[in-house]
Amino acid sequence: MNSFVSFQVEAGIRAGSNLPSCRFGKAISSHRASCALPSYWHILNRMVHYTNTRLDASFAALSDVTRRGVLEQLVRAEASITDLAAKFDMTLTGMKKHVDVLEYAGLVTTEKIGRVRTCKIGPRRLEEEMAWIEKCRQLWAARFDELDAVLEEMKRQEKLERRKKRK
Amino acid sequence: MKNTTTVEKKSDREVVVTRTFDAPARIVFEAWTKPELMKRWWVPKSMGMTLVSCEMDVRVGGTYRLVFGGGFEFFGRYTEVVPNSRIVWTNEEGGENSSITTVTFEEKAGKTLLVMAELYPSKEALDAAGGAADATHETFAQLDELLVELGAHA
Repeated sequence: MNSFVSFQVEAGIRAGSNLPSCRFGKAISSHRASCALPSYWHILNRMVHYTNTRLDASFAALSDVTRRGVLEQLVRAEASITDLAAKFDMTLTGMKKHVDVLEYAGLVTTEKIGRVRTCKIGPRRLEEEMAWIEKCRQLWAARFDELDAVLEEMKRQEKLERRKKRK
Repeated sequence: MKNTTTVEKKSDREVVVTRTFDAPARIVFEAWTKPELMKRWWVPKSMGMTLVSCEMDVRVGGTYRLVFGGGFEFFGRYTEVVPNSRIVWTNEEGGENSSITTVTFEEKAGKTLLVMAELYPSKEALDAAGGAADATHETFAQLDELLVELGAHA
């Protein structure tokens, strides 16, 4: 009873259709739309419009087909810029620029060992998880603030009844 | 002032929500077990959703079913009911990813500490319920909207 289903799934499918990334795709396809709090979130999110500059960087990073491809690739395995450039039929400089954008958005991290720069999926996952917990908290806080009002009324009612009994 | 709500991920498959209420446990418990009361707070007004029906048979083995506008349903069964102290129920609409919710009410000096734990059968089930994946959904849903918008202007 703590769940809100279909919105999430619907959104998941929509998202999936645009982004062929397995990192995201996996979570989406395993959805049985059912479960608890988060789908709630989804609805909330759509209603409460908020801006987030960090998201801007992600959107910018994800707005390019090559960069989405690179992310998909890195979900499967880390790779050097040379590997990626070859895979996407691109110059090293071109690929380096794409990786820089992804790195700036926190979606990818790179590490230089010797002459090779290796790229991996970045730390954004943790942030996403924190964001999820915060959204979860907001839902429950909203519910419980309303519950406060119900409890106050119940307490008042109880007092009234007690007074009546005394009389 | 409002009391603080905390949410913690206790493990890969458990989420715990904690909150204190300025009322004795019997009153808080009542608000969690009477449908006419539950209806008034379970769906926050800000969600813009309505609860079409709310049936709750709060006793061990009893079932509940919440139906929302648009036909979403949430249902399951109470597996433990200890008056003024503890309720456990299953969330069965999730099929194999079904979770178990345990709510405890602990009274101290007229206030009640409420702890609600949601336990999923696996890390994957919790992720499927939202977990780490949800923020991604949100991001992508927003990205979708952005892309549509960009497309409209192109």
